[in-house]
Amino acid sequence: MSVEVRVPTILRTYTGGEKIVTAEGASLQELIDNLDANYAGIGERLVDESGLRRFVNVYLNDEDVRFLDGLDTELSDGDSVTILPAVAGG
Amino acid sequence: MPRNLVLTEALVSELVAHARRDHPDEACGVIAGPDYGSPKRFIPMVNAARSPTFYEFDSADLLRLYREMDDRDEVPAVIYHSHTATEAYPSRTDISYASEPDAHYVLVSTRETGNDEGPFELRSFHIVDGVVTEDTVEVVE
Repeated sequence: MSVEVRVPTILRTYTGGEKIVTAEGASLQELIDNLDANYAGIGERLVDESGLRRFVNVYLNDEDVRFLDGLDTELSDGDSVTILPAVAGG
Repeated sequence: MPRNLVLTEALVSELVAHARRDHPDEACGVIAGPDYGSPKRFIPMVNAARSPTFYEFDSADLLRLYREMDDRDEVPAVIYHSHTATEAYPSRTDISYASEPDAHYVLVSTRETGNDEGPFELRSFHIVDGVVTEDTVEVVE
């Protein structure tokens, strides 16, 4: 599966400044593994040992993957994944 | 090197009015613009946490906001929120979740006046890799 991934400003240091990259994977987990293989270090900015990081939002097309199957969310050719850090604080 | 944030009186009064309206919960939002030095379009956001000690943009609203800014070639020049019981200075959580290194993080404190009119404290910061640098703020007509 070839999927377009939109990368937020703060993670573009990993992608050489690219805002949109292409990655492969049948699930979000595989996609993140593939991203990390090409852009070393980006994976741990997205997931930790308990799963998707609490303050990172990942959307498949228009839907937050937390309302789908999280890291197990299945991907199809032509899907678009958007990563946005939460805007949050205290 | 401190940066300077230029805000119009109209934007400041919208921002402060939003903070007062939502007090005692924290209010939050963005002022978008064509570049980080030119905040123009005031966009109040819902605090999905509805809390006096925490704020978070709703995740669906966040996606819509970033798509809209993308379509309009805008950036989040200002990301603002209020503190309702403490000073207008970034908290530890503000610093750890800050993820827009070029944005002005504007804080307004409503602790003195709550929902009412009166003096307010408004300050602006850059937060990069956990390091806070205060900006100067210039209010123009």
